[in-house]
Amino acid sequence: MTRTSEKANAATTGAETGESVKVEEKLYYNRFVVDAGRPHVKVKPHEMPTEALLALTRMCPAGCYALNDKGQVEVTPDGCMECGTCRIVCADTGDIEWNYPRGGFGILFKFG
Amino acid sequence: MVEERFDAIVVGAGPSGNAAAYTMAKEGLKVLQLERGEYPGSKNVQGAILYADALEKLIPGFREDAPLERHIIEQRMWMLDDTSYTGVHYRSEDFNEERPNRYTIIRAQFDKWFSQKVREAGATVICETTVKELIRNTQGKVIGVLTDRDEGAVMADVVVLAEGVNGLVGQRAGLRDELKPDTVALAVKEMHFLPRETIEARFNLKGDEGAVIEAMGTVTSGMTGTAFLYTNQESISVGIGCLVSDFKESGEAPYALLEKFKAHPAIRPLLAGSEVKEYAAHLIPEGGYNAIPSLFGEGWVIVGDAGQFVNAAHREGSNLAMTTGRIAGETIVRLNRTRQEFSATNLALYKKRLEETFVLKDLKKYRKLPGFLHGNKKALFGLYPQLVSKAAQTWFRVDGTDKRSKEKEIMAAFRKSRGLGGLLGDAYRLARAWR
Repeated sequence: MTRTSEKANAATTGAETGESVKVEEKLYYNRFVVDAGRPHVKVKPHEMPTEALLALTRMCPAGCYALNDKGQVEVTPDGCMECGTCRIVCADTGDIEWNYPRGGFGILFKFG
Repeated sequence: MVEERFDAIVVGAGPSGNAAAYTMAKEGLKVLQLERGEYPGSKNVQGAILYADALEKLIPGFREDAPLERHIIEQRMWMLDDTSYTGVHYRSEDFNEERPNRYTIIRAQFDKWFSQKVREAGATVICETTVKELIRNTQGKVIGVLTDRDEGAVMADVVVLAEGVNGLVGQRAGLRDELKPDTVALAVKEMHFLPRETIEARFNLKGDEGAVIEAMGTVTSGMTGTAFLYTNQESISVGIGCLVSDFKESGEAPYALLEKFKAHPAIRPLLAGSEVKEYAAHLIPEGGYNAIPSLFGEGWVIVGDAGQFVNAAHREGSNLAMTTGRIAGETIVRLNRTRQEFSATNLALYKKRLEETFVLKDLKKYRKLPGFLHGNKKALFGLYPQLVSKAAQTWFRVDGTDKRSKEKEIMAAFRKSRGLGGLLGDAYRLARAWR
């Protein structure tokens, strides 16, 4: 099952202040082909997140990582731009499992 | 997935993979190129600046039909503090030449064009196909790749890994180490669209002339990094990148940093009224010479970003990618023609030839620079930009203070912040790293 999302008319946006940045609004400009039910990034089950895993909630450029109400880190890789930052940060800790989306799925840059 | 056997398989359709595939196909080799994106370029991100020289060596007449944006006639280097920039600008009519030296490009469009050239040269290009792993024979020699297609194995004499900075195949096969957070930068970028007349008026350009800004300073909040702004025909590419280790340490969000750069009083008016059409993120290998992995082995070579071929000091990467791809391709053609084995001993010629080019000469020259920049980040990306701005402001502000007192005030500010020994040490270390 696939779903494509693309914003037809992007809102006019000039420079904004840094404080109220919503990454969701940025991701709205992008085109993704979601491979439903087959996330290409998974967080391994944990009680308490490691420092590296916790850092991803701030440094992921697509904001894919968030804390749940139990204080565990969850990933929703639908907006993932496949940069690989999380993979590298967690390479030593083994917190996540990272694979490329299947061929043809994932981010689809129109400009790059 | 395909029954036949190939002379060479190229993994990835960016500048290095395209250069390698083009070089080999043009010489009559049977080449298969595999790309995981829907079309070549759909997973690729760059600023982006194209350096004509590296492409000319492959396709001399590229200017006839390549999707080029603007040729660069003006380079601005800015040091920022929160309210100012101190800059060096170089603009020359000489850059309005028959065969311009540098162009801004939009990678998704450029890569499609380049890929078409690869197909025309005779290579088989298959997209939407992810290479999962290398296939080896019992002696450990690479003899093909396994893809995510049905019956996904495909065989070849040699495999060119052009899989990019975040390439998994080489790493999982143990051919190269995992990237280290302090040798790789995370960059984020937006595409801002504006009418071309507006861009030309704002940057003092006419026709296809272009201007680029490279900036460093307090905008990265003491992290090792730089920001950029490039003019395209009807859009502006604006972005910022810092070392992954610094992002981890600081807790700064990359997109917040981008907003901070866009909101800088010197940048904001340049983007005013623009329509954003894309937001992208990508890693840039910045470890330089010391981070280069083994580049060849039994039946394989590594080219482009996968081999850490980026000259961070000069913001060059795509030209190193194309050059490494071309030379790897030429090496393979030579071995194919002379019916030699694709053994590590024979493929060593690839690295030997790279050592004779600007690629390894430049990276070797700057081998100490990444360590210097990272080790002195607080001073270089925080303190010095502020001191330089303060000095310039003291100097230019006319307020009844005599000039000798102003000079003393400027010198005192530097000595107080960094100490005479610190200043001399920084200068010495920079000179050594640059040598």
